[in-house]
Amino acid sequence: MPQLIMRRIGMMILIMLTVALLLFLMNEGDPRLIARSVLGPYAQDQQLDAWIVQHGYDRHILVRYVEWIGRVMSGDLGDSIIYKRPVNEIFWDRLGNTGILAGVTFVVMVIVALTLGVLAGMKEGSTQDRVISVFSITTTSIPEYASAVLLAWIFVFTLGWLPGTSSMTSGFNVVELILPVMVLTLYGFGYVARMTRASMAEVMTNPYIRTAMLKGLPYRHIIMKHALRNALIAPFTVIMLQINWLLSGVVVTEFAFGYKGFGALLLEAALRRDIFVIEACGTAAVFVAVFTQTIGDLGYTYLNPRIRFK
Amino acid sequence: MADPNGKGNGSGEPPVLEISGLRLSYYTRAGEVPAVMDFDLTIAKGESVGLVGESGCGKSTVANGIMRYMGKNGGIVGGTIKFQGRDMAELSEEEIRRVRGKDIAMIYQEPMAALNPSLTIAAQLMEVPMIHEGVSEEEAFQRSFDMLAAVNIPDPKRLMDSYPHQVSGGQQQRVVIAMALLSKPALLLLDEPTTALDVTVEAGIVELIAELSKESGASLLYISHNLGLMLEVCDRICVMYSGEVVEEGHIDSIFSWPKHPYTHGLFGCIPLPHADKNARPLAAIKGQLPLPHQRPKGCYFGPRCESFQAGRCDADHIPMEDVHTDDDPAHRVRCLRWNEIDHDAVVSNETTREPIEVGDTVLEVDNMRKYYDVKESTLATLISREAVRQVKANESISFDAGEGETVAIVGESGCGKSTFAKVLMGLETATDGEVRLDGTDLGSIEVKKRTPEQLASLQMVFQNPNDTLNPSHSVGYQIGRVIKRFGIESDPAKIQDRVHKLLDTVKLPRAFAARKPRQLSGGQKQRVGIARAFAGNPKTVIADEPISALDVSVAAAVTELLMDIQREHRTTLLFISHDLSAVRYLSDRVVVMYLGQIMERGTTEEVFAPPYHPYTEALLSAVPIADPEVEKRRIVLEGNLPSPLDPPKGCPFSTRCQRKVGSICDDEPPPVRLDTEGHSIACHIPLEELREVEPVITIPDRDLEATT
Ligand SMILES: Nc1ncnc2c1ncn2[C@@H]1O[C@H](COP(=O)(O)OP(=O)(O)OP(=O)(O)O)[C@@H](O)[C@H]1O
Ligand code: SF4
Ligand code: SF4
Ligand SMILES: [Mg+2]
Repeated sequence: MPQLIMRRIGMMILIMLTVALLLFLMNEGDPRLIARSVLGPYAQDQQLDAWIVQHGYDRHILVRYVEWIGRVMSGDLGDSIIYKRPVNEIFWDRLGNTGILAGVTFVVMVIVALTLGVLAGMKEGSTQDRVISVFSITTTSIPEYASAVLLAWIFVFTLGWLPGTSSMTSGFNVVELILPVMVLTLYGFGYVARMTRASMAEVMTNPYIRTAMLKGLPYRHIIMKHALRNALIAPFTVIMLQINWLLSGVVVTEFAFGYKGFGALLLEAALRRDIFVIEACGTAAVFVAVFTQTIGDLGYTYLNPRIRFK
Repeated sequence: MADPNGKGNGSGEPPVLEISGLRLSYYTRAGEVPAVMDFDLTIAKGESVGLVGESGCGKSTVANGIMRYMGKNGGIVGGTIKFQGRDMAELSEEEIRRVRGKDIAMIYQEPMAALNPSLTIAAQLMEVPMIHEGVSEEEAFQRSFDMLAAVNIPDPKRLMDSYPHQVSGGQQQRVVIAMALLSKPALLLLDEPTTALDVTVEAGIVELIAELSKESGASLLYISHNLGLMLEVCDRICVMYSGEVVEEGHIDSIFSWPKHPYTHGLFGCIPLPHADKNARPLAAIKGQLPLPHQRPKGCYFGPRCESFQAGRCDADHIPMEDVHTDDDPAHRVRCLRWNEIDHDAVVSNETTREPIEVGDTVLEVDNMRKYYDVKESTLATLISREAVRQVKANESISFDAGEGETVAIVGESGCGKSTFAKVLMGLETATDGEVRLDGTDLGSIEVKKRTPEQLASLQMVFQNPNDTLNPSHSVGYQIGRVIKRFGIESDPAKIQDRVHKLLDTVKLPRAFAARKPRQLSGGQKQRVGIARAFAGNPKTVIADEPISALDVSVAAAVTELLMDIQREHRTTLLFISHDLSAVRYLSDRVVVMYLGQIMERGTTEEVFAPPYHPYTEALLSAVPIADPEVEKRRIVLEGNLPSPLDPPKGCPFSTRCQRKVGSICDDEPPPVRLDTEGHSIACHIPLEELREVEPVITIPDRDLEATT
């Protein structure tokens, strides 16, 4: 196992460096473009050249890449072109906000998805199963903006229970989180739930479940101890991928509710070519993706002793 | 095995299990499937009852019915099951749960599948007493530990912390047995508990079951299709046919005087030690088991019965009748004519056959070796840089086979039989040495590079016909394709004609050409496999366990069929098997393999009589024989087959050998000693000493006289 973890982490670093290189090439491959976006559309060619030399952009791209990596590692993310402030000052706040939203959604979603998936898969073909399956397919096929509008209409305009925006202008407020979390959960849980259901249903047909039944174990005990663990192996990887989706996929929801998160920041930066913000956001997104994938794989291995002890 | 006071009649104690008029059905889209009809069975305290019958006759359904666990689509339609005097139908779900695993425990065919792959063995054992008796964790652990020791597991401590996939099949089954015995059940249901295991392992498990049931006083219901095993475990036996019991009685009585034509037929299908493929061929029961909803009127066995009498046998449902013998008052039979039939006269297969004369050598295997490289990536090997290790799957294999000859290759799983077949077929190439077919070395030519003639001349029949027939093509198409590919015929009409002839040869109706494999039974599929193998007029056919997945009656039919075709085409047959009874019956010469090496080699008579190689001796003893008069010396091998990655340095068999002479066996490879020209034994024990060994199997004179 330790050896496997080391190998996985090595892999992870390699992938990150590669993707970061691509990101870097795309953003800083042409120094004139950078100079242009920093100095504005009216700057003259000499000004651009001077800026390029002055800031060392005439050096080889790989040298700059290594330098950039060094800076990022030491915590310097550069300055935002738009806000004229260090990226650090904006970025971490936004990432933190999204982290909160994603974290809460993740917990809620996993609980909902696993519970419903297990309940459905436990008795394949029963009414219970069919109700849950239809529900999860329906919610997954409604896009986020549609359910955002729909839920806002119900809870904000009709019932008046919840606030319509989540900009947290007067400090952090849990109530403002409810709607975005609901939208994300509704959209995201179906996939995990269906995976769990299929996996659970498959496990329930295994001979060892019959063994457990004929050992006279109570049904609850069989589900909790004999079925659940095996049933969770397959959805586990999918669950980890959801974190990934949450971080990059929240853009729409954040926008819909005016939530000041990472997704909104990335969108803004991309539209206005705020290079260092894009790079910071991109690096963070890649990190999350690779990291969750690694955790997913390791978790899968850990849960499944047949692989663990190979 | 007979337990004089265990018959359940006479002694005052109430029976443990009393089933009467039980009817069990499954409900499918096509309607009700009445799997079990009017089933009666009584098991006394401490008694072992065997339930035997063809696949699909309802044995497992009965066991599940007793547990009241019939799956989603099954149910009890009628009759009563009384367990310890209580009617199981009246118990609530909660009450039945408390009976399951505590009072009645079950042991299954596939131990690997029966154990949960992601829980440790300790966890799976401990929960039984913890749930049923509410004992503390420490006590549960202690009990589980003791029970593992009681089922002869050498290192219970290590095993407790293991996961199921980390232990061998035999040990897994011991774990399942331990699990069943943990709460001292009154009744144990065993559904083919050893079918998935190797013979030597099976012998150990069967001995264990017989011992434990005696010790614990539990009653047994032992389900198997193997009559030989019944003889070793059971006091009484029930023969089941198409959902009902057709004959029951004390084991001696059934084995000595079977009354029902079906029981009699079953015995005729088994290659007993004194069977002879030429003088007294096996007699398969004609036809097949009717589907539960297509049972004939009157006697269900009628259409297959040699003594069928129209007007009587097909009138009313046949009741059970007492056969009043002095030895066994409990012998009962479901046949109208049991009294009238003279079983000695009704030997359906009177034919004797001319022995095949063995012709020139066709196949020569000369010092063939096959090594596999296995890459390892454990930390230790990374450091020591020994990342590639070799598995010696076949080590200097040499023998030859003549035209029309049958050579058997015998050994347990993992002994290298299948690797050898793969090299012959060109699926692997030999690492060293030669495999010559008609003088051409095929060992180094892989299948893609072989000429059509070479391909056609060497064909294979596989163990599991399901794996080799393409489910989406018709039978006729699949056979026709082989004919075309090997260039036997190219004209579609002629191909069709040949397909029909081949179907005739394997005794299938020509109409089957249009059927898809899923529309055939296991035995029929195996016949198609045989037809396909013989489609290109092969010189040599390799049959890899061709009958081990089949029912006795079907196996007998397929065995006879193989030999008929062989006789006709003078084919050389390589028969790969672990079933020594079948081997003895049909082969001329035998090669015994262990861990990739030849241990003994000779004619069938030579191999089956002293001097034996110690491994051959153990194998012979492990094979159950369905004849109470045959005496057998018991040798139960300890331990498991060593890992082929890490074979013993000296004699491969040294870790389990019952005759090991000392450290020389561990350190030095044994010499190959020649007994006669063709009979060789690889062992450190001198031949003179091996000749002294008593025969493992003693066949009573009566039978010897009958066959000679
Ligand atoms: N779940 C099911 N649904 C429908 N029919 C079934 C089901 N299980 C078994 N059957 C049918 O019931 C009959 C009895 O099956 P059962 O499994 O009891 O036979 P068996 O004697 O145990 O056979 P084997 O030796 O192959 O294990 C067969 O005809 C089988 O096809
Ligand atoms: S009742 Fe008739 S058909 Fe049935 S087994 Fe007896 S003789 Fe054969
Ligand atoms: S060489 Fe030794 S270990 Fe091998 S079979 Fe002979 S006696 Fe047994
Ligand atoms: Mg069965």
